[in-house]
Amino acid sequence: MNCLTRRFAALTLTAASISLAGGAQAQEITVQALDQYLQPVIDAFEAENPGTKVNLEVVSYQSIAESLPVQLASGGGPDISVVTDLGGLSKYYLDLTPYVDQAYFEKQFGMVLDWMRGKDADPNGIYGLPDSITVTGGFVNKTLFEQAGIDLPGGDATWAEWGAAAHAVAETANTDFPFEMDRSGHRFAAMAISYGAELVDDEGMPVIDEGLRNAIAQFVEWHRDGTMPLDLWGAVGGATMRDNFTDFVNATAVLYYGGSWQLRRLDEEVGDFFDWEVIDSPCGAAACSAMPGGGALAGFKHTHEPELVGKFLNFAARDENLRTMISSAVNIPTAQSMIESGIEYRGVSDKVQSALDTFINQIPKMAPAAYRFQGWPFQRAMMNSLTTRISQVINNEMDIDTALERIDQDVRLAISAARN
Amino acid sequence: MLGTAASLPARAVNPLWKWLQKTIGVKRLPWAFLAPNMASVLFFSLLPVFINIYYSVTGSDNLFLDERPFVGGSNYATLLACENYLDPATCSRDLFWRALGNLIMFVPLQVMFMMGVALITAIALNGKIRARGFFRGVFFFPVMLSPVVVALTWQWILQRNGILNGILGVFGLERFTWLADPHWAFFWTIFVTVWAHSGFFMIILLAGLQSIPQDVYEAAKMDRASPWRVFTRITVPMLRPVLLVVFILAVIRSVQTFDEIYVLTGGGPGSATMLLVQYIYETGFAAQPRNYGLAAAASLLLGAALLVFTLVQMKLSGDRK
Repeated sequence: MNCLTRRFAALTLTAASISLAGGAQAQEITVQALDQYLQPVIDAFEAENPGTKVNLEVVSYQSIAESLPVQLASGGGPDISVVTDLGGLSKYYLDLTPYVDQAYFEKQFGMVLDWMRGKDADPNGIYGLPDSITVTGGFVNKTLFEQAGIDLPGGDATWAEWGAAAHAVAETANTDFPFEMDRSGHRFAAMAISYGAELVDDEGMPVIDEGLRNAIAQFVEWHRDGTMPLDLWGAVGGATMRDNFTDFVNATAVLYYGGSWQLRRLDEEVGDFFDWEVIDSPCGAAACSAMPGGGALAGFKHTHEPELVGKFLNFAARDENLRTMISSAVNIPTAQSMIESGIEYRGVSDKVQSALDTFINQIPKMAPAAYRFQGWPFQRAMMNSLTTRISQVINNEMDIDTALERIDQDVRLAISAARN
Repeated sequence: MLGTAASLPARAVNPLWKWLQKTIGVKRLPWAFLAPNMASVLFFSLLPVFINIYYSVTGSDNLFLDERPFVGGSNYATLLACENYLDPATCSRDLFWRALGNLIMFVPLQVMFMMGVALITAIALNGKIRARGFFRGVFFFPVMLSPVVVALTWQWILQRNGILNGILGVFGLERFTWLADPHWAFFWTIFVTVWAHSGFFMIILLAGLQSIPQDVYEAAKMDRASPWRVFTRITVPMLRPVLLVVFILAVIRSVQTFDEIYVLTGGGPGSATMLLVQYIYETGFAAQPRNYGLAAAASLLLGAALLVFTLVQMKLSGDRK
């Protein structure tokens, strides 16, 4: 055996032993999340289950929204991921029923488990751990109201009243932006549902009604009279989601409609710079409804370790672990036990705690249409179309009636593409 | 003194080379060398084209080929259905036609400005000016920036509280929302892309200018030819092959424009700056459910239009010879 042959044989043996050792070693899965809030739970899980390895991959929201669906469609991707398009990705979810405490999941998360069940799914199946809920809502700069000498509208104020008040404050206090809303179909849906829009019927088909028409008309009117600046919905095109929350953080916007996930940033960046609060959901003709949203941890069918995926999610669903996750992420819990007992958020100001209470108080006021829309698999198709078409109306590319026709066409085309 | 062939030392023939010659024959040997390249072209270029064609005639949001039902030309029919082709609002997929219309306006304008700016800077920087190397670097610098950085930088400049409005404010002028006006937004997309890429074309033109023999210019100088005559009768004709290359590269780059505009305006306001690549991206990758079939059909239509353009271009350049 010459020197080269001996080296080759040694290398082959080493590689074989590493691969055998690896085979006999840890069961391993990968979890994808938006930040590090899962790490303490992962550490506790690995400590309780020696020989298992859970890798945490921190990714951007854009990656969850755009890359994950393509990965899943090609049969790849992480074993578990945070998902926000709960219904849209349902066909990729692993049924966790054999691996988790089904009764516990039903009791804790019964309110939102349905959102993750696809059209052909088992109605009793468990398709993920819907750990947190988000609530859309308005942030108001109280200092600017005080400076302008204008009273804050009351708890049951309408969208129109809030728009008018914000406009008056901006004029008096000489502020750049009276009222802004994230460029997102989800945020607009809260207003539309309050105006009476159904958006989707029980058969899962889009509904274009007078409520939606009135909401779009009001929204466009605000852009025409300067209540809302053109910088967001006016200047941006396509289905691009964009926020200008910085305007509110910099005290250049009187009223900003965003959601509960923006609280942590507000707390960190504003501090005592000015006085702000979260307002009750503005009302329309039909309701005073916010939109629910939220995240869930879903396991995927393609995983090679379904049992470990189920075991991990069952572990993460335990009350103490959920509290750790929710508290450090400053999220609103979906778990019944936490809604009842409340949750103590670590390291947040009284202002944020009070804002969270306001957000939680909006949950019972949410219209059934809001829940139905949130669980609809084609919700994103409707939301993308709403942003695109409303921007076109604002820019005089089409009138409201044509926009409504286009929204209907867009969503029906998406449904037929998916059902082909 | 050079050695003769007989005096050169004999080189050992590689056994693999010998075996190849023997097995496939000397005449077929070039194919063996071409094979790896051909395989990679086939796998990475041609195969995706065929897969794209297959996607365009199949439906569903499944990526796997065997799970996509055949739908014939329905994706093309959906894209092309129009009552009046001059009015995108009457088309089934109005955004496709708006994006196409924008592209038809964007490409000639952008290429014209791009080549103009690149040529002027190349000529200026080919002259004997002070700090020539520094200015060459300055004009080339934006090429090295990521398109996202370029777009974000210009967004900060152009937004309501941006630098441009700040400068206007110094002169007592009103602030303007530059990206919220369709015409201004379209102008800025051309401006920003020209700013970002003209340095690349400038370098090619500069190399072309430097390859023109100086004695031709000296002869023109002796004949007292005017600078304009020198430019039109010497510089442009002798630069024509390079200009043609720059033109083709600029058109291809222009048609592919996506990232800068997507970050800068998202295709807005409304759909004023949406180009075809963005439409394809949004249909195939950002929409939920993803409509891969429609996106593939749109990309093939774009590919076909580019092919026609290239053939016309080849014919025209062939005629000129």
